[in-house]
Amino acid sequence: MIVNEKIAIDHGLKEDEYKKICQLLKRTPNITELGIFSAMWNEHCSYKSSRLHLKKLPTKGKQVIQGPGENAGVVDIGDNDAIVFKIESHNHPSFIEPYQGAATGVGGIMRDVFTMGARPIANLNSIHFGSTQHKKTKNLLRGVVHGIGGYGNCMGVPTIAGQTSFDSSYNGNILVNAMTLGLVKKDKIFYSKAAGLNKPVIYVGSKTGRDGIHGASMASASFDDKIEEKKPTVQVGDPFTEKLLLEACLELMAGDSIIAIQDMGAAGLTSSSIEMASKGNLGIEINLNNVPCRETKMTPYEIMLSESQERMLIVLENGKEEQAKKIFDKWNLDFAVIGKTTKSRKIELYFDSVKVADIPVNTLVENSPMYDRKWKKAKLPKRNKINKDDINNLKIIEVLKKILANPNVCSKEWIWQQYDHTVMGDTIQKPGGDSGVVRVHGTNKAVAASVDSSAVYCWAHPLTGGKQVVCESFRNLISVGAKPIAITNCLNFGSPENEENMGEFVECVKGIGEASSYLKFPVVSGNVSFYNQTKDQGIKPTPSIGGVGLIKDYTKMITMGFKEIDNLVLVIGKTEGHIDQSLFARVILDEKNGPPPEINLFNEKNNGETLLKLIDNNLIKSAHDISLGGIITAVSKMCINGNKGINLKKPKYLISEIEYFFAEDQGRYIVEISKKHQKKVLDILNKNAVHYDELGTINENMLFLSEKTKVTIDELKGFNTNWLKEYMSN
Amino acid sequence: MKSSVITFPGSNCDRDMDVALKKFGFKNKMVWHQDVELPKSDLVVLPGGFSYGDYLRCGSMASKSKIMQSVINFANSGGMVMGICNGFQILVETGLVPGVLLRNKYLEFICKNVFVKISDKDNNYFKNINNNLLELHIAHNEGNYFCTNDQLKEIEDNTQVAINYCNREGKVEETFNPNGSIKNIAGIFNKEKNVLGMMPHPERMIDPSLSGEDGSLFFKNLINNLK
Repeated sequence: MIVNEKIAIDHGLKEDEYKKICQLLKRTPNITELGIFSAMWNEHCSYKSSRLHLKKLPTKGKQVIQGPGENAGVVDIGDNDAIVFKIESHNHPSFIEPYQGAATGVGGIMRDVFTMGARPIANLNSIHFGSTQHKKTKNLLRGVVHGIGGYGNCMGVPTIAGQTSFDSSYNGNILVNAMTLGLVKKDKIFYSKAAGLNKPVIYVGSKTGRDGIHGASMASASFDDKIEEKKPTVQVGDPFTEKLLLEACLELMAGDSIIAIQDMGAAGLTSSSIEMASKGNLGIEINLNNVPCRETKMTPYEIMLSESQERMLIVLENGKEEQAKKIFDKWNLDFAVIGKTTKSRKIELYFDSVKVADIPVNTLVENSPMYDRKWKKAKLPKRNKINKDDINNLKIIEVLKKILANPNVCSKEWIWQQYDHTVMGDTIQKPGGDSGVVRVHGTNKAVAASVDSSAVYCWAHPLTGGKQVVCESFRNLISVGAKPIAITNCLNFGSPENEENMGEFVECVKGIGEASSYLKFPVVSGNVSFYNQTKDQGIKPTPSIGGVGLIKDYTKMITMGFKEIDNLVLVIGKTEGHIDQSLFARVILDEKNGPPPEINLFNEKNNGETLLKLIDNNLIKSAHDISLGGIITAVSKMCINGNKGINLKKPKYLISEIEYFFAEDQGRYIVEISKKHQKKVLDILNKNAVHYDELGTINENMLFLSEKTKVTIDELKGFNTNWLKEYMSN
Repeated sequence: MKSSVITFPGSNCDRDMDVALKKFGFKNKMVWHQDVELPKSDLVVLPGGFSYGDYLRCGSMASKSKIMQSVINFANSGGMVMGICNGFQILVETGLVPGVLLRNKYLEFICKNVFVKISDKDNNYFKNINNNLLELHIAHNEGNYFCTNDQLKEIEDNTQVAINYCNREGKVEETFNPNGSIKNIAGIFNKEKNVLGMMPHPERMIDPSLSGEDGSLFFKNLINNLK
């Protein structure tokens, strides 16, 4: 096949990108080469629209061992232990084929982590679906949950936390973001940088099939009416093989024969070989006849672009091939020497003794396109004038019941009961809390992780929204007693070619950067998913933030359930009564406009750090951050979780009860303390200039405001826990 | 006391079982599925997981692996063999215990704490245990125990039912049956009661920081019974 501009455009390349390829090569590429360029230059692999902005994120810190640019980020947790973690999107495939799309998303992110030598110890996910009324939502939710469980459960890695939301902007584009944490010894981290000449390049894992060809290109385009035709671009997962691959890789890594290792993710053999060569400033020569294939008569083009799962590429020390092969034989996995490193700084591919591709590595990587896309700055919306009489006539308990049963607030037990969250025997905080927590096996330490996003705030004002998500992650870690260390981000947006969507991206990233820099909560890994849109309808901007924190002594971990009758309950942080963009405004008042709550980074940091101090001094019995639904929603969840009630009193503020209880001001927590510690706690709060309210005392089983305004916890529990189960069984 | 845990390709609770056995005093060895000889053992455990991916019927491939002939011989000569979750599925595939394990009634994987009632204490697993109830943890997709009426009669006549799903008060009723098992059966013995297969994971309940401590009771009692 002779390549021309039309074929290039069919590969998702732009006219001028094709011209640039011809200029760089000083000739017309052949079809295999064109395929390689299209895979490396698409948005998913090249970050051509986002690179410019991502560079501005803070990525360094005292505990950061490895920031963005490797398979995953790495942070130091002391005693020669390190945590490897990353979040990644699998949005497009999951919409086309929810089970396999979600399953391979989980498989892919676990591979990124164990490629670096870490044993995965926890999975998390952030999943977003269309309106609960939309005809596809139920099946997509069921398929995605089965897919995540099917893969993670089989791997024997606990799924410890997650987030699920519903919003009509995801009707045509669901989001599936998967995150994995792994544990590694600091001196046994593996990287993807090849080194040395004439070193054997080894292929291990599953055989290569025709599945997933052009997966990364598909993920770099919008959907249209023909999405069903894209099913063959979705990969098929085999968690059993991945489990074997994990054990075999870790066994090989225990020795010293690996120079570099890279998993074959998006764009398969193409991107893995090119990345290793590029980082090592080397060339790689591959004989494609040696690649283990599942199907007959696969062409070089297909072999290079296949996204078959559960495969790895390794550069070994010379003479270690036999020893390495033994390990992979033991685990019944393919092992093939397919090439070697060269000094040519080119990718040279041979098939049937003919050279089928010859491309300088720098043309694919350094010379890949980078765009400074046009973007539009978002204005801060005007505050709504809320009619006080309207809201003061509302009955608090009725409003509360509606909010607790709202799909975005209700208990997600139906989902996480389908995930094995206790395998490995170290899960000390299961899903449903502020963060999931796993012990560092055999030590007193534990690692907390949480994943958050607030698309509504980001949509209302991207800069504020970007900051807010980072702060929420910070709070979720602190609420369980963990000191926040670093974050990973998964940036889900519409088309970068649309100025408004691009503006949302630029400003959310700016907000993320500002907050993570102020909170010393650097970004160590992540990915970008653009083109989450069908035709010209984009999703709400949805950056997902995965946060990781450390609990030095796991016996000091905090949970959200109320613990003891007569204990005092405080609100930490100031309540101004911000109603715009709150769940209350959207669900009860049907008001969709207005600015999101403001972020005050000083208070955020001060409140959080002071709470950590209290926790460290054993002064806190339970804690929960205040988010969707405000104070009363947070308190209700603490009641439900601990099977206790509370006598509430609204402090004497200028705002009304409704505003006080449902506002979504930021930087706030609810904490339980025992009466005997009251003075000590209040002293510490005062000394640190932290605002607090005394909210009430814990009782047996009733949320009680007055004789007219009260409800049993059992009743609240029913509203909170039944909604999703009933929705899914109808 | 010496124990052996068999690792099949796809086992994923083998380490957890190793940790639990050692914690309560067993000298445990991990045994690879392609080994032929079992090390000298007082207890052999088939751990949970997804042996061979469970791509054929759960446990069926593993039941044919090399080491299993020694395990079967060991069981037939009276040795203690315990299969947890996937290990239980392997045991039914070998025929060491009767019945089969079908897909959960509601077609979903379930991971949660459950209560089980100890139905028989005339055996080396539950003899001398103080409790009649245990709070244990399940995590499975195929734990729906089924057998023919004739088999059921035989099992009941021989008091081979080990544990049944129940509520906090010990009531064995359909409402407290998480997966549709016939008669709420969560675990059964062979006729001689030296082989036990059960779905719940005692090894995940051995620490107050985890889901609970009833697994500790089980293991402490077990090692004392074997001494």
